[in-house]
Amino acid sequence: MKLQVNGVMHEVEASPTARLLDVLRGPLGLTGTKEGCGEGECGSCTILLDGLPVNACLVLAGQAEGAEILTVEGLAAGQLAPLQQCFVDDGGAQCGICTPGMLIAAEALLRRNKAPDDAEIREAIAGNICRCTGYQRIVDAIKHAAVVRAGGAS
Amino acid sequence: MLPLPSFALYAPTTLDDALALLRDHGPDTTLIAGGTDLLPNMKHGLLAPRHLVSLAQIPALRGVWVEGDVLRLGAMTNLETVAAHEVVLTRAAALAEAALSVGGPHHRRMGTLGGNLCLDTRCRYFNQTYFWREALGFCLKKDGTKCHVVEGGQRCVAAASNDTAAALLALEATIELVGPDGARSLPIRDFYTADGIANTTRAPQEIVVAVRVPLRPARASVYEKLRRRAAIDFPMISLAARLDAEEGRVNALEIAVSALAARPRMIRAASQAQGKSLAEVPRAAIAEAAFKECAPLPNIEGDPAWRKKLVRVLADRALRRLGLGPA
Ligand SMILES: Cc1cc2nc3c(=O)[nH]c(=O)nc-3n(C[C@H](O)[C@H](O)[C@H](O)COP(=O)(O)OP(=O)(O)OC[C@H]3O[C@@H](n4cnc5c(N)ncnc54)[C@H](O)[C@@H]3O)c2cc1C
Ligand code: SF4
Ligand code: FES
Ligand code: FES
Repeated sequence: MKLQVNGVMHEVEASPTARLLDVLRGPLGLTGTKEGCGEGECGSCTILLDGLPVNACLVLAGQAEGAEILTVEGLAAGQLAPLQQCFVDDGGAQCGICTPGMLIAAEALLRRNKAPDDAEIREAIAGNICRCTGYQRIVDAIKHAAVVRAGGAS
Repeated sequence: MLPLPSFALYAPTTLDDALALLRDHGPDTTLIAGGTDLLPNMKHGLLAPRHLVSLAQIPALRGVWVEGDVLRLGAMTNLETVAAHEVVLTRAAALAEAALSVGGPHHRRMGTLGGNLCLDTRCRYFNQTYFWREALGFCLKKDGTKCHVVEGGQRCVAAASNDTAAALLALEATIELVGPDGARSLPIRDFYTADGIANTTRAPQEIVVAVRVPLRPARASVYEKLRRRAAIDFPMISLAARLDAEEGRVNALEIAVSALAARPRMIRAASQAQGKSLAEVPRAAIAEAAFKECAPLPNIEGDPAWRKKLVRVLADRALRRLGLGPA
């Protein structure tokens, strides 16, 4: 089957009935997307499907054919994207299991809202669970990234 | 990791093709919309259909239309779209609020209105892995012969847990279905039954096509939900209220409550508001009567006595938001 991932059209040996998460992590080798619960509770498998966040553990590969997929690997071009750098600098990542999903949920938000407030950020990451940071540092990192992306000081 | 059982996936592009697939593959066939309810249930071994018919490629099922004084929502419209639609927000607010309260943003993007209406009932002894259920002993709803919720019970009382059902009941919605014998419509009041194993009157080979919500002047509606966290969690109590008022008087008040047992319930005491001026509506008495009419069961998370008390709180809150009763 054919899947458009991070701007590249891939021809993959996979069944449309497999979970998209497994096709990304297996044949496509994109292991940045994590599996936490496997049942839609935790958001660690968040990817963008046509620009909007979904849980890849609850999507069949066949449901993603013809759509544009973005995984965490698609954020960095050679070096960490500003959003990722802000997570590093502001303590937005501790153990890291939730981080790829958080980054993707944040990316979706920042694409449609260039200067989100705290409430908007919390709503955007409401499907993503973090057991380490207590969320505040993640919220801070996303806010910071919005400023950097707008051309402000890092 | 929870693997999916194996199955074949079909993606018809017309309703006729979808109906033909349902007919040709027989009882081992299930519809998949967004998959956010079906896939976790399949992973838990609660069902293992050999054929899945996806409704995602059928354009006629997606959209929101205003047709005269009726708002029509296609079954495959995702909940995010429903919650943000201008006409839903202004003329059927309870539906917008209910759709916005489903799961988290990721679920509302994949999850559809039709899938929400047809959500399987939930129970803490049922929505578990195969291993877990086997350890306790299977129950009536799947593989077993007894109910763990009601001792000696011979009928499954798993909870209707879909947020939009209460809202659409309060709004007097109509469900459009199509099946092997053609199309039919029925009031949502007649859609849900008290059987927790299959709590709708939809036949296995029928497809929900759309939902129609009447638009009335001077109508207001609200939705209230009890859940532990402000996102992701299913309702422990789900309550919607709708008011039709004219010249400061109540023409009609309806209250629907769900997440009790398999069938959502209309609160009889809402009729006490009839004909009263808005400020005269006995809000506390109606909330008290709602509390008495509802009997949550130990089927889902949350102490039933506490959930019962919260019926009173949510009813009072909903009526207050509608501007009913003393300030
Ligand atoms: C972590 C988590 C949290 C959740 N929280 C909530 C919550 O708070 N509130 C809530 O209401 N739900 C919740 N859900 C459940 C689910 O995400 C939503 O109910 C969603 O709307 C289901 O829609 P879907 O399109 O994904 O349905 P699917 O999973 O595709 O289908 C659900 C059922 O409906 C049937 N079906 C679907 N469409 C049709 C149709 N057009 N005609 C006939 N039958 C059809 C399917 O065969 C299946 O049996 C949650 C799910 C998860 C995983
Ligand atoms: S209510 Fe009883 S029969 Fe139904 S799912 Fe729960 S334990 Fe099983
Ligand atoms: S692994 Fe997909 S939501 Fe947890
Ligand atoms: S950093 Fe550990 S779960 Fe979020």
